[in-house]
Amino acid sequence: MESKKTGSVVVIGGGISGMLSALDLANSGFYVYLVEKGPSIGGVMAQLDKTFPTNDCAM
Amino acid sequence: MEYPQAVPLKYAINPDVCLKLTKDKCGTCETVCPADAIDYTMTEEVLTITAGSIILAPGFKPFDPSKFDNYQYANFANVVTSMEFERILSATGPTMGHVTTFPKLPAQPKKKKDKLLAQKRKDPKKIAWFQCVGSRDVNKCDNPYCSSVCCMYAVKEAIIAKEHAGKDLDCAIFFMDMRTPGKEFEKYYETAKHKHGINFIRSRVHSVTEDPETGDLLIQYVDEMGQIVKDTYDMIVLSVGLEISRETRDLAKKLDIDLTESGFAKTASFEPVTTSRDGIYVSGVFNNPKDIPESVLDASAAASAAGDALAEVRNTLTKEFPAVPETNVVGDRPNIGVFICDCGSNIAGVVDCPNVTEYAATLPYVTVAEETTYACSQDAQDKMVEIIKEKGLNRIVVAACTPKTHEPLFQETLKNAGLNKYLFEMTNIRNHNSWVHKNNPDIATDKAKDLVRMAVAKAALAQPLKEEKINVNASVMVVGGGLAGMTAARSLASQGYETHIIEKKDCLGGEALKLWKTAQGENVQQELDALIKEITSNDKIVVHTNTTLEGVDGFVGNFTSQLKTNGKTTALEHGVAVLATGAKALEPTEYSFGKDDRILRTLDLDRMFKENDPKLDTVQSAVFIQCVGSREPQRPYCSRVCCTHSVDNAIALKEKNPETDVFILYRDIRTYGERELLYKEAREKGVIFIRYDVENKPEVVVEKESLKITLTDHVLNKPVTIHADLLTLAAALVPRKDERLANFFKVPLNDEGFFVEKHAKLGPAEFATDGVFIAGSAHYPKPVNEAITQGRAAASRALTLLAKKDSLFTSGTIASVDVEKCSACGVCVSICPYNAPSFMAEGRFAGRADVNAVLCKGCGLCVASCRSGAIHLRGFDTNQILSQIFALDEVS
Repeated sequence: MESKKTGSVVVIGGGISGMLSALDLANSGFYVYLVEKGPSIGGVMAQLDKTFPTNDCAM
Repeated sequence: MEYPQAVPLKYAINPDVCLKLTKDKCGTCETVCPADAIDYTMTEEVLTITAGSIILAPGFKPFDPSKFDNYQYANFANVVTSMEFERILSATGPTMGHVTTFPKLPAQPKKKKDKLLAQKRKDPKKIAWFQCVGSRDVNKCDNPYCSSVCCMYAVKEAIIAKEHAGKDLDCAIFFMDMRTPGKEFEKYYETAKHKHGINFIRSRVHSVTEDPETGDLLIQYVDEMGQIVKDTYDMIVLSVGLEISRETRDLAKKLDIDLTESGFAKTASFEPVTTSRDGIYVSGVFNNPKDIPESVLDASAAASAAGDALAEVRNTLTKEFPAVPETNVVGDRPNIGVFICDCGSNIAGVVDCPNVTEYAATLPYVTVAEETTYACSQDAQDKMVEIIKEKGLNRIVVAACTPKTHEPLFQETLKNAGLNKYLFEMTNIRNHNSWVHKNNPDIATDKAKDLVRMAVAKAALAQPLKEEKINVNASVMVVGGGLAGMTAARSLASQGYETHIIEKKDCLGGEALKLWKTAQGENVQQELDALIKEITSNDKIVVHTNTTLEGVDGFVGNFTSQLKTNGKTTALEHGVAVLATGAKALEPTEYSFGKDDRILRTLDLDRMFKENDPKLDTVQSAVFIQCVGSREPQRPYCSRVCCTHSVDNAIALKEKNPETDVFILYRDIRTYGERELLYKEAREKGVIFIRYDVENKPEVVVEKESLKITLTDHVLNKPVTIHADLLTLAAALVPRKDERLANFFKVPLNDEGFFVEKHAKLGPAEFATDGVFIAGSAHYPKPVNEAITQGRAAASRALTLLAKKDSLFTSGTIASVDVEKCSACGVCVSICPYNAPSFMAEGRFAGRADVNAVLCKGCGLCVASCRSGAIHLRGFDTNQILSQIFALDEVS
């Protein structure tokens, strides 16, 4: 017997890649649970100063 | 709070060190918190969630170099990690962006002594970066892979350090191979060398000692000429690698997914974001070391893979907020509410907020002026809705931080209160005021009043604006039937969208048809066959072979493209487009290519392997030359795939016959990520790597019995000659430089001819033109797994647009023409970068200008250039701007 699928996704990790996965899924019709162990989302990227090769501010 | 930009910006208690929680002492925070937000009794809760898919994006931890006794990170104050240096460079970091050395602190620092020592901090004159700390190293640690990002971040840190500390700062980067194989990376590296004067020294430093008096760091290394060099630096930055934490490995074990030896999730090249367990996907560094744009691509790709598996239950659990009916305020007297935000102490610490609030209440049309601690907090938002309803407010002004981040939030609040979201004005009394005038609180308070007065003057004239609905055609056009294009098409079709693949050749597959195997050893042709079969048997996908694109009209949601198949032209209507036109191998003009059939390109060698050519069994001496046409002035980029490809083929030759002499002549070996393991394997199998300089390239002489290849050996510094019977040139991957296609969709090409994406970091699979997406090597050369990842990512980005079918609107702040005043001069038509204005074809005002609301981006170029004053930018109308300027002139 095939069990019924659930239209939601759990994303583990609230860094740049987790956040964007969650956004894409939410914007395309899925319910998303974003799970992050720390007190804030943003991950390592939020702690960087600038990003290569454009020297844009990471925030 | 981890750092000032943390989201949410809230304090959290660390339960491991909190005295109240560990020893039941202290408890100060509870007594001082004015919001009563501290609750020590909260405990961990276990929630059970039912979900259809899981995406793992747990990230990495920076390698901890404490255990390396030769670099003395744990003991020398001025040996720091790259992550720490990143915080030193940051304006919100511990030194506020000032690059300083750290004084040696006594074991038990006392306050006064600290202060004295702090004065001894000095601005460094010389900083060195050590590469590959915790990467490409199996002697001191167990990380045989390359972390992929450290070369670039070290270059970046050196450039930024010089920006902060002045150009006299001496920056040196000690490296083994400089790995800059990403888009625009090579140019960045060249700029660092030639424009910023950063020294690149090819050497691994043996050890660091410290001058106990001055704290200076003494290093010793062997330079390229074999000489021992001693040097002194003020600061040493260890470019630490990316590592998978114990915690993540445990999580993987719990979830029962396979990992590589180094702890990364195991994935296949043709399903690059799918773990070994059904329904669990992986994204970011846990899926091999990678930089931000690749993590962003992974994110969208994982979303696409997770979404494809759940296609039939899409939209079953999403919830929609009930829309609040909009109150009609046209013709009503302005009734303005002003909200002044303290931003904690960010604003209130400098500006006298109660005073500004009191002042705001006296301004014309203002009926409510309120001060809030955090205007963006949920409770403040709820209260705002309540006040709007209660007092019947019809214009709102918020004086707080930047509209760039917070305007959408407040506009949402207006909508919830039944107001049109354009009846809102935000003024920035933080970034533009309290932050920059923190030493002049009186002036800052006066300036805040000026800003509020101006905002009120503008808001009083605000009118509700309408957003036009955009109809989205639910079909997709994919240009290019290679790996990336097919992957995007497959994903979009599985979500139920009719997808058309346009391929100019007579079959699908693209350049991948020429590949033998992937870096992970998968047989490309088998996998490719399966994918092509999937595509051709999918009834949602229409494949147009022998077809070229002749023209494109329209805009996001409503494109019409002209397709030409065997001389016959047809029109295709589609809502979005994916460009995946790929790249091709360069036809080399050097190393005697084309003059002898023993001289091949990488793909020719692949064909021999594919066909199991018996000639390969008799090869006695094979040479590979890297960077043929890449990383040269006329093509200043790295082709990314060639190092791994040659190393892989070299191993295959050695496996065929261990007696074959195999040489790889290279400039830097760029086997990034776990591809480094192949490089290691090749060396273990006896492949000989010889480095050459671009100024001193190998010379190839075709002789009857062998190919004579001469170059200078970098270790011996003497010329060596190799007699080979097979020479493979790792030819550059060159873009198709399709200017016509770029023009059709108004998307840019870079100097080399690769398409330029929307944002180098955050928008790598889409264009600035709405509704147009990019995948594969047309963006930048990439191997199989990365082309597939980007194909999936483009599909995911396109899906978010297609899914908005009924809720895609234009912006309200767009240009509109007062036709009575229009003199039909045509300046707006010619000046607009988005082709939004055009001459009306018919009706009473035929010949005069009209602005297409969907194409208009609200930039204001046409408004400023209109000589008749006929064009207005809604929401930024002339009378609003003028009243703001006049308000500035009034004295508070």
